[in-house]
Amino acid sequence: MKLTLVGVSHHDAPVELRERVALGPRAASELAARLGGEAVVLSTCNRTELYLARDDHAEEVAVETLTTLAGESGGELEAALYRLRDEAAALHLFRVAAGLDSLVPGEGEILGQVRAAYTSGATGPFLDRLFRQALHVGRRVRVETAIGESPSSVPAAAAALAQQVFGELAGRSVLLLGAGKMSESAARNLVSRGARIEAVANRTLEHAEELARKLRARPLILGDIAPELAIADVVIASTSAPGLVVGRAAVAAALRARRGRPLLLVDLAVPRDLDPTINELDGCFLYDVDDLEAVVTETLSGRRSEAARAERLVADEADRFRGWQASLDVVPTIASLRGLVEEIRDRELAKAGSRLSESERRQVESVTSQILAKLLHLPTIRMKEAAAAADGVVYAEVVRHLFGLGERSPERAEEERS
Amino acid sequence: MAELLVLPALLAYGEAAVAYVRELRGPGLAGRLAIWGVRLGWLAQTALLAGQALAADGFPWRTWAGSLNLFVWLVVGAYLIWGCTPRYRLLGLAVMPLAAVLLALAWAGGGTGFGPVDRSGAVLALHVGLMLAGFAGLTLAAGMSALYLWQERRLKRHERRLLRVRFPPLDALDRLGGRAVAVSLVLLVLGIGVGASRFERGDFDAAMAATGVVIAFYATLLVLRHEGWRGRRAALLGSGGFALVAVVLALTHFAG
Repeated sequence: MKLTLVGVSHHDAPVELRERVALGPRAASELAARLGGEAVVLSTCNRTELYLARDDHAEEVAVETLTTLAGESGGELEAALYRLRDEAAALHLFRVAAGLDSLVPGEGEILGQVRAAYTSGATGPFLDRLFRQALHVGRRVRVETAIGESPSSVPAAAAALAQQVFGELAGRSVLLLGAGKMSESAARNLVSRGARIEAVANRTLEHAEELARKLRARPLILGDIAPELAIADVVIASTSAPGLVVGRAAVAAALRARRGRPLLLVDLAVPRDLDPTINELDGCFLYDVDDLEAVVTETLSGRRSEAARAERLVADEADRFRGWQASLDVVPTIASLRGLVEEIRDRELAKAGSRLSESERRQVESVTSQILAKLLHLPTIRMKEAAAAADGVVYAEVVRHLFGLGERSPERAEEERS
Repeated sequence: MAELLVLPALLAYGEAAVAYVRELRGPGLAGRLAIWGVRLGWLAQTALLAGQALAADGFPWRTWAGSLNLFVWLVVGAYLIWGCTPRYRLLGLAVMPLAAVLLALAWAGGGTGFGPVDRSGAVLALHVGLMLAGFAGLTLAAGMSALYLWQERRLKRHERRLLRVRFPPLDALDRLGGRAVAVSLVLLVLGIGVGASRFERGDFDAAMAATGVVIAFYATLLVLRHEGWRGRRAALLGSGGFALVAVVLALTHFAG
């Protein structure tokens, strides 16, 4: 069985081409079923890839399918297509699942997309094994390295900081000051981690209402935030006000009602909205945009060093897969060998059958079965091991020759004559 | 021969302590090596204690070194409740170096051997066991407080590497520290209750007075927490209270 991968990705294909060949989950599933044999279609905003496990014409079928999807952009597609086989294809899928082929190395969404493609694909034993291992690799890389932990943007860094203070964000309440894009982006990052946007405060209520509706929060005007400071766990400030919006005294007053609960304040505005001395208050942690950018710069350099570790893990797993795939080449030989010895055993037992009592026959059957299993165990293991090396096929050929596998045995020929 | 089980335990705790320091560079292999060191060391120490218990016809940890051996086992056992979770793994940084040093002391003091039989009876065994478990819990709470103060400092100073090291969340450290103190107080009160059944007039000594002070201190801490003294102030009190625990342990269990 051969593995073939044909696809396009953000590396070489512009968004106009990617969107032509992109498929929704249902269409991807239907296409996988139509392709015949074992097939999985992985389609995300950054890539569309066809994984086929079959022995004939796989590449032609996959290229033709993508060309059809690309329509008028067929010529452009040819230049952006990549075609990989066997170990290289497996390595590519493992890198994709690990997030190493993503725009932002280590992003976590891709693993779920690989899982969805696998579950909706037309898989058999081969692709089942390949995708299970890919999911294992993706999980392993995220557990054993810190590649997926570090945020890659300022809003994501704000959310990660909130987790450093509160742990799980489920049920934590957030107060947004300002109704601009930055506030919304930070809010969505927090919501994706389980936080709840309690209120959106803005200079004009109208703008606050607009964002509050999207985030299912209460709209407020900036002058009414004092009681909210006593309730919120996280405050995100990003107004376009020319001066400070929240002073130290207001936060200090709110702290008395908080009964020691920590408060994280993130100031994304320039000029700043929050008095920098708030950070000196007990239980208050204030970060401005420079602090967050420093954290992001540091973590991105960390991602790069973690990516090198992740690449080593992925290469190990690809090597394991290659060993497994190579062992498939000797499986027919092993099956033939076992079939032959079973056939001989059955024939000899049948000859001796009339001379043995029922209990004796059962004993002989049991003993001969054990002898054969022990006799064949080591050759089977050795053949599978050799299959992973370059001389695996030679081993299989030698075994076929020595045991006459695939030839008619003299006994069988005699039986047929009589 | 079973006495030699202290060696793998000591080795594994030491390895864990070193690995936790390496884990500070970033999560990865060092963290897993550390937690496996803790697990294997704790299993080896469990086997050692079981061996000691089976060999003795009573309570084999009456000496200061024996008590220390049992105490370390309880502290590490309590740590393992949270330490297996990657998020709380670094708590081991506060626990395992202490555990390794104390176990080495117990070994040097002869507390890990299969010594002479002690026939102190079940009541005393229960009393000492409960008291040591309570103090182990307070030790763990102090570890959490120390880690809280460290993490709080990193957050206040806006450390650039803040997100590179997987520290337990600040709020969780505060909450778990409070719970550890509450459970430990219950164990200490139960231990004193059991011991009181054999109490006679004239038995009251400095060790008992110091234990009372510890209980009063931590009970006050819990009341203050309830009144809103959480976070930094509670952590300072919690880690400072460990000095009291150390004095009481030295007086009651580890002194001669």
